[in-house]
Amino acid sequence: MFYREAGNFKTSYRDDGQTFPIKLDRMGYYVILGVAAMVVPFVINDYWASAVLLPFLIYAIAAIGLNILTGYAGQVSLGTGGFMAVGAYSVYKLMTAFPDLSILIHVLLAGGITAMVGIAFGLPSLRIKGFYLAVATLAAQFFLVWLFNKVPWFYNYSASGQITAPERTVLGWAVTGPAASPAAKYLVCLAFVIFAAWVARNLTRGMIGRKWMAIRDMDIAAEIIGVNPLTAKLSAFGVSSFFVGIAGALLFAVYLGAAEVGEAFGINKSFLVLFMVIIGGLGSIFGSFAGAAFLVLLPVFLKNVLVGVLGWPTDLAAHIELMIVGALIIFFLIVEPHGLARLWQLVKEKLRLWPFPH
Amino acid sequence: MTDIESNPLTGQPAPAEGYVTADGRQIGGVLMDLRNITLRFGGVEAIKNISFDVREGEIRAIIGPNGAGKSSMLNVISGFYVPQEGEVWFKGYKRGPMRPYEVARLGIARTFQNIALFDGMTVLDNIMTGRLNKTKSGFLSQALWWGAAEREEIANREQVERIIDFLEIQNIRKTPVGRLPYGLKKRVELARALAAEPQILLLDEPMAGMNVEEKEDMSRFVLDVNDEFGTTIVLIEHDMGVVMDLSDRVVVMDYGRKIGDGSPDEVRNNQEVIDAYLGVAHD
Repeated sequence: MFYREAGNFKTSYRDDGQTFPIKLDRMGYYVILGVAAMVVPFVINDYWASAVLLPFLIYAIAAIGLNILTGYAGQVSLGTGGFMAVGAYSVYKLMTAFPDLSILIHVLLAGGITAMVGIAFGLPSLRIKGFYLAVATLAAQFFLVWLFNKVPWFYNYSASGQITAPERTVLGWAVTGPAASPAAKYLVCLAFVIFAAWVARNLTRGMIGRKWMAIRDMDIAAEIIGVNPLTAKLSAFGVSSFFVGIAGALLFAVYLGAAEVGEAFGINKSFLVLFMVIIGGLGSIFGSFAGAAFLVLLPVFLKNVLVGVLGWPTDLAAHIELMIVGALIIFFLIVEPHGLARLWQLVKEKLRLWPFPH
Repeated sequence: MTDIESNPLTGQPAPAEGYVTADGRQIGGVLMDLRNITLRFGGVEAIKNISFDVREGEIRAIIGPNGAGKSSMLNVISGFYVPQEGEVWFKGYKRGPMRPYEVARLGIARTFQNIALFDGMTVLDNIMTGRLNKTKSGFLSQALWWGAAEREEIANREQVERIIDFLEIQNIRKTPVGRLPYGLKKRVELARALAAEPQILLLDEPMAGMNVEEKEDMSRFVLDVNDEFGTTIVLIEHDMGVVMDLSDRVVVMDYGRKIGDGSPDEVRNNQEVIDAYLGVAHD
């Protein structure tokens, strides 16, 4: 009743192929975009930006990236943290080497560099599949972290071994460095999220996405109808790493401000993003957002409830919080192995008919 | 096609300019010519020195008992196996060793004995994937959904809808393939192969495991495809009634050897074929 498609007639294949074929969905999407771009920046404060919105947006980009590789093309990767580190160190080197260039271009270039690194580490996927490939990408994770630790050139020979983002502006507003306002940081991340989601959606609904999914579902059949496994797999690694690199660049430059590679981009990051993709829903752009929201918001929410409402000591709350998050992950995976995206789809199907059972 | 000499190895004195079938269809010249194909797996010879040709517009059947090497033959044609000896000639050119996706680009499509659809995708997406080789738009155009990408998508969709109408699967267009019953999956797989607009369609047991009605439907579709699109069809099938009704010429294989080649009637009356495959008559 609330959610209806009656009266939505599609008279062209173009209408039928659009991202939100149902008018109500489309309007909802524009409302969310409008609020996110024009209302949130005026009400945002430091706490909301740093605890909730920035990590959500940045991890959403990383999750979209990994979802393209794992969800759409079926290649499991445990190297996400390492690829994020490539993005972070690329953007750092670019920012310090070309201070006059816009930070937005730096971030995109960092994505491009990560894409090339991703393609190089994707080469084993042509020979090995599944768990074995996951182990091969694990090698990428450890090698990249080791590399950024050992070669001082990457952190400009700084004494601490850390990289620190210098201040950079977009249209006169500082977006990196200590002087950046929450609203400016938020808007930059939002712009990249919209860009990433839009490009990912375009790629996955068209012929490139079908190639990826064909390789995922049955690689022999894919090859027989003309998919070149080499280009299909490597393009998935490239596009995926491009987004993951952008996420790493933003995480370092805009969100953290300073980073040490083992701490910020360790194996934990790889697992975190992989969990986001699995819980959100493999093979769904919406699922990437849902998964990122779940794993970013849930700990914050629990912390507020346990410490703020129930008045527990912080150290106890921190441990309980971990246990609850873990239990909820297991719970969700049992209830709906296809993730939050499928759950949302089921809710929509029920709402179409509500209050009638059939 | 006229520059191809008729193959002396097939033992079939078929005229170079084709022939007219019993039901009055004109069959053209040689489209694909397999010469002295030998395929070994270690010490096992799956295919022993087999030669036959496929002519433009005909329905060519390959029959034989289990393990005769029929599917291996299709796999040689579609590029999964590279034969140790022999040559594959296609449209007058000798084909070098090719990967399956390169064969697909030549205009050879196939279906599988055990269905090989993309279970996570809808029927429509599965069939759209068949249009892969007809898509020219670049990466950037697709990423930005600008210009060529969208135009091609719509053109592909129109073509795919024609095939959906043709195979009468309009009502399951948006259903994920994993949810479909067996008979419909076979039909979707045929649709996906047809979407590539192939010159040669290889069907590996298209009617296996079907009931009588589904077999009738599938036979009708095979004939219609041949008739309306002029597609040359090579099919493997165990149902003798279907094979004899559908095909123009039949190759009979047994233990990797070719033991018969000719029209259904000739094959039916060939003593070696009767002994090996149809069973020796006990008086």
